[in-house]
Amino acid sequence: MIGQDENPARALHKWPRFPKIAKRRAAGVLANFSAVMPGGHSVLDGAASQGRHIERLFSVLFFVCLGVYFLTLLFFAIGGRRSYNPAEKPLPIVKTPEADAVAKWWVGSAVGITTVLVFVILVLSIRTGMYVQDVSAQNSVTVKLTGHQWWWEVTYPDSRADQTIFTANEIHVPVGQRIAVLTNSADVIHSFWAPSITGKRDLIPGYSTAFSFTVDRPGTYRGQCAEFCGLQHAHMGFSVVAESPEDFEAWRQSQLTAAKEPESALTRSGQGVFLTHACVMCHAISGTTAGSHVGPDLTHFASRGEIAAGLLPNNPGSLAGWILDPQRIKPGTTMPPNNLSGEDLEALVTYLESLK
Amino acid sequence: MIETREAQIVEERAVRVRQGERERLARTWAHPAGFWGWFTNVSHTAIGIRYMVTSFIFFLLGGVLAALMRLQLAYPEQHLLGPDRYNQIFTVHGSTMIFLVVVPMMFQGFGVYLVPLMCGTRNIAFPRLNAFSYYVYVGGGLLLWIGLLLNIGADAGWFAYPPLSGPQFSPGKRVDFWAQMITFTEVSAMAVAVCLATTILRYRAPGMTLNRMPIFLWEKLVLSLMVMFAMPAVMVVSSMLLLDRLVGTQFFNPAEAGDALLYQHLFWFFGHPEVYILFLPGAAIVSTLLAAHCRREIFGYTPIVVSVVATGFLSFSVWVHHMFATGLPQTSESFFTAATLMIVIPTGTQFFCWIATIWNGRLQFQIPMLWVSGFVATFLVGGLSGPILASVPVDTQVHDTYFVVAHFHYVIIGGSIFTMFAGLYHWIPKMGGFLMNETLGKIHFWLFFVGFNMTFFPMHILGLRGMPRRIYTYPPEMHWSGLNLLASIGAIFMAAGVLVFVWNFLQSRWSGERAGDNPWGAGGLEWATTSPPPEYNFLELPTVNGREALWDAAPNQPIVVGLRSDIQELLVTHSLDAEPQLKEKSEGHSIWPFLAAIAVSLTFVGSIFNAWAVPIGAIPVIATLVGWLWPRGSSPPAPEVVGKEA
Amino acid sequence: MEAYREKLLLDVSKLPSVAIGRRNVSWLGNIFYMVIEGTMFLLVIASYFYLRSRSVDWPPAPYMPPALRYGIANVVILLLSLLPARWIQKRAAAGDRPNVRVGLFILAAMALVAIVVRWFEFGALNCRWTDNGYASTVWALLGVHTGHLITEFIETFLIGAIACTPKMEGNRFADADTNSVYWYFVVATALICDLVIYGAPRFI
Repeated sequence: MIGQDENPARALHKWPRFPKIAKRRAAGVLANFSAVMPGGHSVLDGAASQGRHIERLFSVLFFVCLGVYFLTLLFFAIGGRRSYNPAEKPLPIVKTPEADAVAKWWVGSAVGITTVLVFVILVLSIRTGMYVQDVSAQNSVTVKLTGHQWWWEVTYPDSRADQTIFTANEIHVPVGQRIAVLTNSADVIHSFWAPSITGKRDLIPGYSTAFSFTVDRPGTYRGQCAEFCGLQHAHMGFSVVAESPEDFEAWRQSQLTAAKEPESALTRSGQGVFLTHACVMCHAISGTTAGSHVGPDLTHFASRGEIAAGLLPNNPGSLAGWILDPQRIKPGTTMPPNNLSGEDLEALVTYLESLK
Repeated sequence: MIETREAQIVEERAVRVRQGERERLARTWAHPAGFWGWFTNVSHTAIGIRYMVTSFIFFLLGGVLAALMRLQLAYPEQHLLGPDRYNQIFTVHGSTMIFLVVVPMMFQGFGVYLVPLMCGTRNIAFPRLNAFSYYVYVGGGLLLWIGLLLNIGADAGWFAYPPLSGPQFSPGKRVDFWAQMITFTEVSAMAVAVCLATTILRYRAPGMTLNRMPIFLWEKLVLSLMVMFAMPAVMVVSSMLLLDRLVGTQFFNPAEAGDALLYQHLFWFFGHPEVYILFLPGAAIVSTLLAAHCRREIFGYTPIVVSVVATGFLSFSVWVHHMFATGLPQTSESFFTAATLMIVIPTGTQFFCWIATIWNGRLQFQIPMLWVSGFVATFLVGGLSGPILASVPVDTQVHDTYFVVAHFHYVIIGGSIFTMFAGLYHWIPKMGGFLMNETLGKIHFWLFFVGFNMTFFPMHILGLRGMPRRIYTYPPEMHWSGLNLLASIGAIFMAAGVLVFVWNFLQSRWSGERAGDNPWGAGGLEWATTSPPPEYNFLELPTVNGREALWDAAPNQPIVVGLRSDIQELLVTHSLDAEPQLKEKSEGHSIWPFLAAIAVSLTFVGSIFNAWAVPIGAIPVIATLVGWLWPRGSSPPAPEVVGKEA
Repeated sequence: MEAYREKLLLDVSKLPSVAIGRRNVSWLGNIFYMVIEGTMFLLVIASYFYLRSRSVDWPPAPYMPPALRYGIANVVILLLSLLPARWIQKRAAAGDRPNVRVGLFILAAMALVAIVVRWFEFGALNCRWTDNGYASTVWALLGVHTGHLITEFIETFLIGAIACTPKMEGNRFADADTNSVYWYFVVATALICDLVIYGAPRFI
């Protein structure tokens, strides 16, 4: 669970000596704990070095607090047991000046220990914070993330317009490289959160912030909006796809191409449906006249695994259902229902699913 | 003491004089009768009990909403409640529990009822303002709930962050109901803060110097000051939100030099002190109950008082820990982490002093203490997940997840609801004059305790496994279902526990054992009178000789004589050393506070629909205030009083 | 309890039943309300400077800073009004009903003038509340203060009216005294608000 990472910033983050054993044991127990947590979607199952640092800090804090909890309860219990008196009627008042003089020392020491623990927690927390929030290191990929009600606009900006990638709800990153994420929001406040990667960051209109992470285990990690953003806050998912640098580069190149031209009669007719119906009001497909960025960019729609911000798998069946009546599937979504004939719908779905 | 002397009177004469005095006081302080009498009553016992009953009804209503949410979340992808209904329900649940239940119960209810009794006086300061505050509070509660029942309830969360709550993304009147409810409840809480702080500083019994003041009063004083400094922030911010929504100001609109984060700063400048406003009354109850049931003075009076004051101060420097995910600069975040962790020290100090009190006392373990131990076991979980949340990196992971939901329910239910029940079991014998049934009390406790932990403990794990807050449903493949089902089952136990309490209350009230003046043998002045107290609270105003007035009283502890019993006269003492300074006529019963509250409520509600409601509504508001303040009657000449006869 | 004769008695029958100034209970309540309202002013001012820190130019272009003339006029009026306020306190302590009455009506009249001038002050702010965040805070700050002026006008007038009746005795003099203390608060907050509204756009 605690993988060695070669990041030089790790030097910043040497744990002080004393909690070492506790830490190892803590991490071990929590690792087993997270093993019974299925789904690969957990704060305690980090796939990025930032997430794992937080996880380690959490483990230490958890066990410190656990110890304090049981110790305090134990003292309450012993104290209660010691002084317990089953009398039914109120007993006379006691005064115990000698015992109180002793208790003063105990209470004083307990306050002292608390103060020391507080200081330790503060130091550990600031150290981890410095590592997680370190923005000085060189980033190799920059992702611009814009929150919308209720989907994620993902852009890989580049100074050259033809090198900029537009996609949605799926963030591809190369493993082992530092990714910078620039956040903003188009409407209300959202929050980016992929528990296995790193802590969350709010997307606030009027504010542009940046954070970075390094994923070191290939895989697809789920994330979800964590700031209440209205009706479909529950269905504002995304995924982080971490792949080898070669695979990432291949993906990048494919995304840079224009949309695939329709080849069959069916897909050609589907493109016609797309361009003559409400779709073009909101969606863009490069290489066609559709250029609106109100909704997700569909240029490489078929390359994405899910639709409707992580709600449905991307297959012809769910796509057809979604296009016909998105309000039934995701009540309140900004996409209107589309009253299409059977042939039109089939053509449109076939066309969209051809946009690899 | 200005003047003490031996009373040279014979027994029979004393009895006769006291009987006459008792009748005169009963006549002077009598609660007005009849239907309208109910609305003119300004006595603190009546208003205090109304606060408690009303907030308990809201507690039940808020609990119903919680149950609906648990029903919806028991299984993945349920459609019992749509997103719209669910959002209204969680918004109103949170707002109800914070603004209509815990603060009105723990600060206003317990405070208004107990503070004058603990001070040893006959009424609260500014009783009409106090009565006014109650009606305004009810108005706010009705506004929020009528909105919900009409299916146009507030739906932007109990914090209502713009832009989501702003005019663009929340059209209609829903958020206005919420924002105006804030105005109502905060006007109410601030009025009570003024009444309580003034009562504590000016109406204490002679001899109750500041360093003999019961910890309960200390905490109410600190709380009142916190309310005065914190609640203006939420009033300012909810008014700004209303103005943005109603008359087109641009406070929170980033497109027009406004700022969305400004709202969060102002809101949490209120919001974090609010957390301690919720917790400190609980701590006050625990300190008071421990002394009474451990048969000794609380250990570490001075450290506890210092801790309470320190908590009050520190609570104003921690608000940014609710905003760690917004991406503020790291240095400022570290400051707020440090300030937040600091609060562990005074809170820990209180816990250690409590342990020492139990350790060196003689514990009598009745129902109130059962609830205190429940408080220790549950609040401590929330208290200790606090430092975990104070750490910025960890907070960014668990912020806005079910981990936080678990944390603050452990803090608020542990710190305020468990202590509320402890306080109720302890003081209901005083307020109602009957003892609660022990067996039912135990059943209530165990159902509630087990149910509570079953509901909220799994939420820690759900949060760590990535379940965000405020989602109306979740997909089955997230593997959140089992724990959610467990949580929902726990809610049934909690609800059953609360119903047992209601049954216990009604049944004990009907046929419970009479309590007597002081069933616990406690030391506070509230036990120095009958149960329930007479309208004039004390036949003879007491004086005080130590921190636990009844335990420390000298055998010949003086009583106060010379206050007139034919008008509602109160004894005013010095704010520090409680030397008698002044006799003051209390404002009598009056219908005007009620009418003023109606006028103010209509103005507030009207302003949601049309800005002209403010100038138009000002007319009846002014008229009722004139009626309220206009002096009536003249003081009759002083007749014979007891002291003179002696 | 029954052993009455064994108890010592603390006789308070000779204590006064009226106190003017700090010993009066309402005086303390008044201070608490000043704390609450002072906090509100501070928070609106804090919001003003928060928004200031988020903007490059202040007031945001193309707006001009508020014009000074009515603001200065009001400062002069409010400062002059301190005289009758102080005079009321002195006469109230002496239980001088006719002079307290005159003082109260003078103070109420000055408050009324200040409210009228305030009306023009709003017109000279060079912005409307809907324009931007800056304009909204300026209007809010001046608006909250105007609310205080109006309530204080009503209260002063009301106590003046009571002073025309025989009910003006004892604690009503204390009310007149407390009212002056509150008036000082209103003047002090006016000066601070003016400093922010007129000073900040010019100097910060």
